Amino acid sequence: MRTLDQVVLEARVFAGLDDTFAEQLAGCSQTAGFEAGDTLFREGEPADVFYVLRRGRVALELYVPGRGELTIETIDPGSVVGWSWLFPPHLWHFDARAVAPVRAVAVDGACLRGKCEQDPALGYELMQRFSAVLLERLNATRLRLADLYGGGHGG
Amino acid sequence: MAVEPLLVSPGPMVPEPYVVRSRGRETADTWTIELEPVAGEAIDPEPGQFAMLTAYGVGEVPISLSGRGEGGSLIHTIRDVGAVTAELCRISRGGTIGVRGPFGTTWPLEDARGADVVVLAGGLGLAPLRPAVEGLLAERDSYGRVFLLYGARTPGDLLYPQQLEDWRAEGLDVRLTVDAGTRSWLDRVGFVSALLDDVTLDEPAVALVCGPEVMMRVTIGALQQRGVPPARTYVSLERSMSCGIGHCGHCQLGPILICRDGPVFTWDEVGGLLAVREL
Repeated sequence: MRTLDQVVLEARVFAGLDDTFAEQLAGCSQTAGFEAGDTLFREGEPADVFYVLRRGRVALELYVPGRGELTIETIDPGSVVGWSWLFPPHLWHFDARAVAPVRAVAVDGACLRGKCEQDPALGYELMQRFSAVLLERLNATRLRLADLYGGGHGG
Repeated sequence: MAVEPLLVSPGPMVPEPYVVRSRGRETADTWTIELEPVAGEAIDPEPGQFAMLTAYGVGEVPISLSGRGEGGSLIHTIRDVGAVTAELCRISRGGTIGVRGPFGTTWPLEDARGADVVVLAGGLGLAPLRPAVEGLLAERDSYGRVFLLYGARTPGDLLYPQQLEDWRAEGLDVRLTVDAGTRSWLDRVGFVSALLDDVTLDEPAVALVCGPEVMMRVTIGALQQRGVPPARTYVSLERSMSCGIGHCGHCQLGPILICRDGPVFTWDEVGGLLAVREL
């Protein structure tokens, strides 16, 4: 049976993480599951956790009055759902809903922040890794904002 | 003394009349038309090639082949982005359109034999790739794993939705993403390059890519990270092709003419040229 510190390393963001750091991460983690349609979190609620997705798909949604829930991004296995736990005021900015049955590792954000405070090396390592995820998603969002597929020009 | 009539080929600059056999709406601004010649046999384009389509009295535009119909008829998918394409999209069944061609290079289906193949399309870019996908499926056992990764603006902007489902049923690994979705959309929402995240390829794989240039540049970077080299990455370009035979220079990109040397190139042929903003 795989241990939690092995499981969290399945996520791309934690690939190759030092064993000691992985154990610290696993110490704040537990397994979690959601059925299709379940809500993982809602906009404005305390962001006290993040999820390492192992199976399924999660949609990040924005409720727009008159238009309903818009899916602004989906997260697939190997990726992390949520980074609001990392930055004050630790509140979710969007809703997250399971599109398909989800198996995940839930990591307690407050617990991990505490460990990062005590061990700056762990904090720096995780900050580097989460920053890379943030940059990747920011770039992907900018490309979508460019509306590359829209319209066109010519004859 | 009887004079023999001089039989001269009309040449590549004279469009032949074709009749619109059928037309169907793909998206809000995009139509697919099927054309058959008024007389004689249809031209015989290969996957990747294009034809010059004439809306009589309006003008002429280059449009890639997007399929073949019954009896070898030509299928083209056209987005209404200007006067000529608007007219081509408007001409109803039984109307006449001029056709010149076929022109240009083809998707490398022969070179890809035995390899894993990634077909990567963005927006209208699926249209010129569709004949290549059909070619791959027609000889499915000749290739390794075959992926179709396709991104569009919204679910309603996806081309050929029924065919995408059919391809899935035929065993093609079809992965879809849109820039924005709703709850009824169960595939992915995100930029098309993210579809490569969990794709593993045996080297040397081959990639066929078509879409907006920025999308191609970004996704080709992701392909290179997965071991697909520029020499095995093929792209289809479009740059104001006009004559189709390399005479007028409208489609010049540095030392190459897209209509004559392309439109299908390897990325090591054109990647550097596309990075030069002045070209």
